[in-house]
Amino acid sequence: MAKLYSKKRLASSKMLPKKETINFILQYSKALRIVKFGNMNFETIAN
Amino acid sequence: MAKSQTSDAQLVNMYISGDENALATLVERHQSRIYGFIYSKVGDRDKTDDFFQETFIKVIKTIKSKEYYNEKGKFLPWVMRIANNLIVDSYRKDSKIRMYRDTEEFPIVSMIKDTTPSIEADMICDQINTDMLKVIELLPDDQKQVLMMRYFQDMTFKEISEVTNVSMNTSLGRMRYAINNMRKIIEKNQIYLSI
Repeated sequence: MAKLYSKKRLASSKMLPKKETINFILQYSKALRIVKFGNMNFETIAN
Repeated sequence: MAKSQTSDAQLVNMYISGDENALATLVERHQSRIYGFIYSKVGDRDKTDDFFQETFIKVIKTIKSKEYYNEKGKFLPWVMRIANNLIVDSYRKDSKIRMYRDTEEFPIVSMIKDTTPSIEADMICDQINTDMLKVIELLPDDQKQVLMMRYFQDMTFKEISEVTNVSMNTSLGRMRYAINNMRKIIEKNQIYLSI
């Protein structure tokens, strides 16, 4: 295997999304309901 | 059973059955790799957050509409493929894909020439890193993608082949061509890559 000249640190430092992003995703999941009717999907978001 | 030991497939099934905590576990388990994967493609933290959010919205909608889950399909490669498609679609729509070609207007030598040969060792290391990244940028997209996923995302060739939707042999071949092409570029331009 060829020698690697690049440092791992360039992209391997742990990168995480913002807490707000995660919270939004989890809240969105809780609020979303999808009802299937024939070929159609109806999405409802509960407030 | 502790959620940390539960497989992705089981967690998805639990989520389909209405267990919202299963999604939280899946997100927590894979957030770093998915986020890193997106960041390696868009190179901007805010955009990465946007794509990460869009990706999971798509995941949630797909699972909740019961169009998923195929037991053969692995969760992480599936999510990464969604992220990849969203990014490609977005850039295609905006026509903002950065193209680097070896032309007279964009000569390789002027881009990667090290004009500071007498700097300290760590600075030389940084320069080498920069040069390597520029060399990588000059590779064809398919080869660059495999190389980035393998060395910067620590993905296995199996995962790479699943995400890029090609056979493992093709991924291995692309990696080989990428390394050979980088050698050629380095040789052609006489780039000095040691301290």
